Amino acid sequence: MKSSVAPSEGIPLQKTIPIKQTKRFRWLLISLVFLFLSLFLLIPLVAIFVEAFSQGLDVYFEAITEPYAASAIQLTLLVAAIAVPLNLLFGVVASWCLAKFDFPGKNFIITLIDLPFAISPVISGLIFVLLFGTQGLLGDWLIAHNLRIVFAVPGIVLATVFVTFPFVARELIPLMQSQGIQEEEAATSLGANGWQVFFRITLPNIKWGLLYGVILCNARAMGEFGAVSVVSGHIRGETNTIPLHVETLYNEYNFTAAFAVASLLTLLALITLIVKGFVEWKTKQSENESQSEIG
Amino acid sequence: MSIEVKNVSKKFGTFQALHNVNLKINSGELIALLGPSGSGKTTLLRIIAGLESPDSGQIYFDDRDVTFYPVQARGVGFVFQHYALFRHMTVFDNISFGLRVRPRNKRPSPTEIKERVQELLQLVQLEGLAGRYPSQLSGGQRQRVSLARALAVQPQVLLLDEPFGALDTKVRRELRRWLRRLHDELQITTIFVTHDQEEALELANRIVIMNHGQIEQEGTPEEVYDHPANPFVFDFLGSVNIFRGRVSHGKATLGAIEIHAPEYADRKDSPAVAYVRPHEWVIDRNKTDDTSMEVVIRYAHPVGPTIRLEVERLDEEEILEVELTKERFHELDLSVSQRIFIKPRNIRVFPI
Repeated sequence: MKSSVAPSEGIPLQKTIPIKQTKRFRWLLISLVFLFLSLFLLIPLVAIFVEAFSQGLDVYFEAITEPYAASAIQLTLLVAAIAVPLNLLFGVVASWCLAKFDFPGKNFIITLIDLPFAISPVISGLIFVLLFGTQGLLGDWLIAHNLRIVFAVPGIVLATVFVTFPFVARELIPLMQSQGIQEEEAATSLGANGWQVFFRITLPNIKWGLLYGVILCNARAMGEFGAVSVVSGHIRGETNTIPLHVETLYNEYNFTAAFAVASLLTLLALITLIVKGFVEWKTKQSENESQSEIG
Repeated sequence: MSIEVKNVSKKFGTFQALHNVNLKINSGELIALLGPSGSGKTTLLRIIAGLESPDSGQIYFDDRDVTFYPVQARGVGFVFQHYALFRHMTVFDNISFGLRVRPRNKRPSPTEIKERVQELLQLVQLEGLAGRYPSQLSGGQRQRVSLARALAVQPQVLLLDEPFGALDTKVRRELRRWLRRLHDELQITTIFVTHDQEEALELANRIVIMNHGQIEQEGTPEEVYDHPANPFVFDFLGSVNIFRGRVSHGKATLGAIEIHAPEYADRKDSPAVAYVRPHEWVIDRNKTDDTSMEVVIRYAHPVGPTIRLEVERLDEEEILEVELTKERFHELDLSVSQRIFIKPRNIRVFPI
């Protein structure tokens, strides 16, 4: 609006840059971006696979199927299988409460949810060592009851749950807030009970956002290094997850095996990106729909 | 079903949305809650529906105290301002939602549901659109789906929150007429909220005018329009010219004019305001009597069949609004910057 009004008001137009020049400038910028992206993202990505397959397929498959690697994969899958559903449940419940109801302390809780994002993963791990370690706050009680949390699977699960805590909730809270509570109110006024409102109205409206949150949560749960590294104790075949196993192999100068196992995580990342792209596209579509509904 | 609101108050934080409101609505009435934004009309509607609970006071449906009934148990149909259609469901699924969520033993069979939805689609004149999604409908169509959805559960009370607020004038008129007919047909007690006085006057049996969380006046459209209880109601129902002056011993002095106000005979020199509606002026080219004011025409806007004049008083620098028919305008052969005489045909004086 303003720019179309400006000339008639007598304000001189800015001197325009010749089209040819802007075109050249644009190409320069685009090639710079491409150069940067290939240098920092594409080449490392390719390097992982090149290194992983550098001694042939047999060595690659040997590296990812040997017992320690298999146990690391198993453990990673187990941890993700526990942490992701837990945080899915937590994320949905928390964002439902925070977005659809008003109560004192709401903003404090929203801030608190971000805590795992704000602090270093290593510190997240240390918290659990300080709480559940033998020298820790609950150490004596745990020993007395013959329970092991730190340097065992429960510790890894706890640390992972903590670190991946915000993903689902962060994704859903703004989405639910923007959708408001009118549809829910309409459903209750038509006689639906709480469960019916949630499963028939709220859930269908947030499903793409929820899936997006779960994907990110899963990627992080499988790839988490810092916090898990502190609580796991790196016991081969017992408490090594995939990222820890990669580190162990690397420290032993077993590069090909390290890259082979790392390629699994990279594959996971690529799949995550593809699904994420699809879900984002879907969310945008449903958002457009709901926007045209208001308009 | 009759509705009674007893001493209802509601606060949002420090904002007093409703202040000791009492209201009785007879079975089968079509009531308008009219007021400016922030007057508490929507809050009152939501409290009657059970979407909001009052801080104090009771709501009765017939003789039952429903104050603590959840919205599901009240048997009300609620139509939201922005329709609140379920965006992921088709028109059919939207309308049948209220039937499908019933407990199994009260739920109609799929064929019964289908028949009922067909009936409703016919009622709201949307046959053939059952398979559409809300995003594929126009505003007026969405509002009718939202009405059909509310009617599907056979409510005893129909509550509408600014039902035509988001629609353009033409669709609004149509829907208004249509809602009127629908109400005559179904005879459901209906309450609708609006800030549009024209809508309230045209549609309702009875108008409840609200301001600052209180009821200013209630009555039939004629009653509230012709006998406004106070300056607020007068001002709110249509445009007005306001005069400030004094009343004393049954006479009101407003600038140069003096008029009889026998209803305030016992008042001695108290300040007052007087209201004259733009169409309630008598216009002449010559002075006819003492209450005539000499004014000069500043602007003349033709609005459909009427001409709206902006005139300026010669004794005080004050702009007044005057409305007259096109015929009268040509008969008097008026033009801009001409001097004319006007006197109120009808004036209402309120001491303040």
